[in-house]
Amino acid sequence: MPARLRRTLLATAMAATLAAAAACGGASDDQQSASGPVTLVVKTFSQFGYDALYKQYEASHPGVTIKEENIGKLGDYTPKLQQWMTAGSGAGDVVALEEGIISQYIAKPDKFVNLLAKGADSLKPDYLDWKWNQALTSDGKTLIGLGTDIGAQGMCYRKDLFQKAGLPVDRDQVGALWPTWDAYLATGKRFLTANTGAKFYDSSSGMYQNILMQQGDHTYYDKANTFVADSNPAVRSAYDQAVGMIQAGLSANLDQYSPQWNAGFKKGTFATIACPSWMLATIQKQAGPENADKWDVAKVPGNGAVRGGSFLGVPKQSKHQDQAVELVKFLTSAKGQIGAFGAKGNFPSSPQAIDDPVVQGLTNAYFGNAPVGKIFGASAKAVKPVYLGPANVAIGDRFTNALLAVEQGKLQPAEAWAKAIDEARRLVK
Amino acid sequence: MVTQQRPRAAAKPPAPPRPRERGSLLSRWDLKASPYLYIAPFFLIFAVFGLFPLLYTAWVSLHNWDLGGDGGFIGLDNYATLFGDPDFWNAVGNTLGMLVLATVPQLLLALVVAALLNQQLRARLLLRMGVLLPIVTSVAAVGIVFSQIFDRDAGMVNGLLHLVGVTPIDWRADKWSSWIAISTMVDWRWTGYNSLIYLAAMQSIPRELYEAATVDGASKIRQFRSITVPMIRPAIVFTVIMSTIAGMQLFTEPLIFGQGTYAISGGSLRQFQTVSMYMFEKAFRDADLGYGSAIAWMIFLLITILAVINFLITRRSSK
Repeated sequence: MPARLRRTLLATAMAATLAAAAACGGASDDQQSASGPVTLVVKTFSQFGYDALYKQYEASHPGVTIKEENIGKLGDYTPKLQQWMTAGSGAGDVVALEEGIISQYIAKPDKFVNLLAKGADSLKPDYLDWKWNQALTSDGKTLIGLGTDIGAQGMCYRKDLFQKAGLPVDRDQVGALWPTWDAYLATGKRFLTANTGAKFYDSSSGMYQNILMQQGDHTYYDKANTFVADSNPAVRSAYDQAVGMIQAGLSANLDQYSPQWNAGFKKGTFATIACPSWMLATIQKQAGPENADKWDVAKVPGNGAVRGGSFLGVPKQSKHQDQAVELVKFLTSAKGQIGAFGAKGNFPSSPQAIDDPVVQGLTNAYFGNAPVGKIFGASAKAVKPVYLGPANVAIGDRFTNALLAVEQGKLQPAEAWAKAIDEARRLVK
Repeated sequence: MVTQQRPRAAAKPPAPPRPRERGSLLSRWDLKASPYLYIAPFFLIFAVFGLFPLLYTAWVSLHNWDLGGDGGFIGLDNYATLFGDPDFWNAVGNTLGMLVLATVPQLLLALVVAALLNQQLRARLLLRMGVLLPIVTSVAAVGIVFSQIFDRDAGMVNGLLHLVGVTPIDWRADKWSSWIAISTMVDWRWTGYNSLIYLAAMQSIPRELYEAATVDGASKIRQFRSITVPMIRPAIVFTVIMSTIAGMQLFTEPLIFGQGTYAISGGSLRQFQTVSMYMFEKAFRDADLGYGSAIAWMIFLLITILAVINFLITRRSSK
């Protein structure tokens, strides 16, 4: 028996050695010299609208080929990115970092090339201050990304439903209906009394996040990364306002990005939706040409708001860091941002780009020729910067789930709040 | 259960006559080494894709491991936290609940379907092929279609319930309703597969037994209970174990069923979050890879325990 065991062990060891050798064989790959032709791999999610810009860059930089690898949903992209970063390979040369992702990675800046060391410090005036600071470590010494777009918010609404409910349909008058969220709630109640068959908005989680981001300064963490969700009045008041709207029956209770939510645009199951600039394309696609004259966009309640927005960074694992940094600088420059805005409506984070006549003068034909450049530009500039802590997205998820449970009638608002706080606290340990 | 089939002492062959030195060395080496060479591919692949990840996961689970990689050895802390984590136990409960809710009706139904397919039927081959169709359908497609069937506002099930005067059900809001919806998906997909396994086993039962039973005056149902089921016991044990393992790893169906951006939580109050979903959420959404690994090992442990229980039950009842 011991002899057999020994032999088995020997065989296993042999197999393991072979396996290790095979693994080593696989690790060596096509290392390209820095001066020769390079292929830069750009990892993105959703739509960045860079195709034309890549062509421009390739034309002005002979020898550089750009390959974009896109993953449609942010929710699918995030774990993939995490695997690439943890494994130390696969992330390519340039990665898109959504603001929720960057707030996690800002605590581990060593995974990314410090852009300040690559001459990015002179570019600071090209970005809105708060956008720049989101990618900067707390000691101010490392910058892991440069801003691309921001989700400047507006409020999209259905003109036909507003008309039925006896509300104004002109976008300025509509915007004047809701200087504050309380006024928005009052408008919603008025809308419901008209019995159009539709609810006032799609989902409370979107509203909650919107209100929260408008409160300014910080949310679940203070700037020293201490968990303050339970004591920060901003969180509580955003939650209470969302609950107030649920209790008034305004919500259609549709999960954002679920098939029913998509169908809701076509069927008109809700009259308004808080829409970041990047959502206009979604609405147009889901509502379809048959609803072409029905949607419009007005200003958001409260003063200015953003939701979402991204950065480009260069992972340390890239073999062409210098070329990648150059590409990032080009894509995030005011010119690059204007190009992306023109292609996919991603709203620029550079003040120069926002003030550019191309952006300011932009209208959207689908939304009744709404001057989206002006509406979103005003929203973006009125934003109070908000500090997001490391687990900001995960904690936000707990709160939106709590609101969903209230919507479903499964928990009382106070219970749901306690549950969210409890889960969030366990999360940060 | 199984008798030792290899003759023992008598098997030792007489020592071969020694030919010239070189040849003997080679053939002796051949005799000793080549069997290992023949079985090496399996062990090699298992070592790379099975054993190594398994052990590495165990290693990670003993560390505080997040986005930045290894954050230091913390011993069994992750496991200690896990035992006091209500979300984990909730996920275990959900998984076991859906396992029972999906497996029991599925296997019973599969038995009945197999018995029917074992009869003289018209277009028998077509029917036998037909029950296998769901298994070649992609899980994601099944998930999407069933999510729409069980939709709150425009779902077919709610539409039918409405016809008989039942108020629409928000299938995702409660445990019982979401479990039913998800179990239905699992059943739809696997019943045919299991019934084919049963059918194969049924066809190896000697006809004489049924003839004798008919002569003795046993009814069809009696024959099914007293001949068919006992004779296909090995197949039943196999399907129970396979369904248990698959059920413990249930992931795609509930993930697609729960919609929106935070679908991995399995409902607003984690009504239908399974352990593998919880593992994924912890490891890849909350970026706590050490904790996720600990959950992965707990899943392994749970499957082992369930397999042992299965084994003990079947062994006792087969005596």
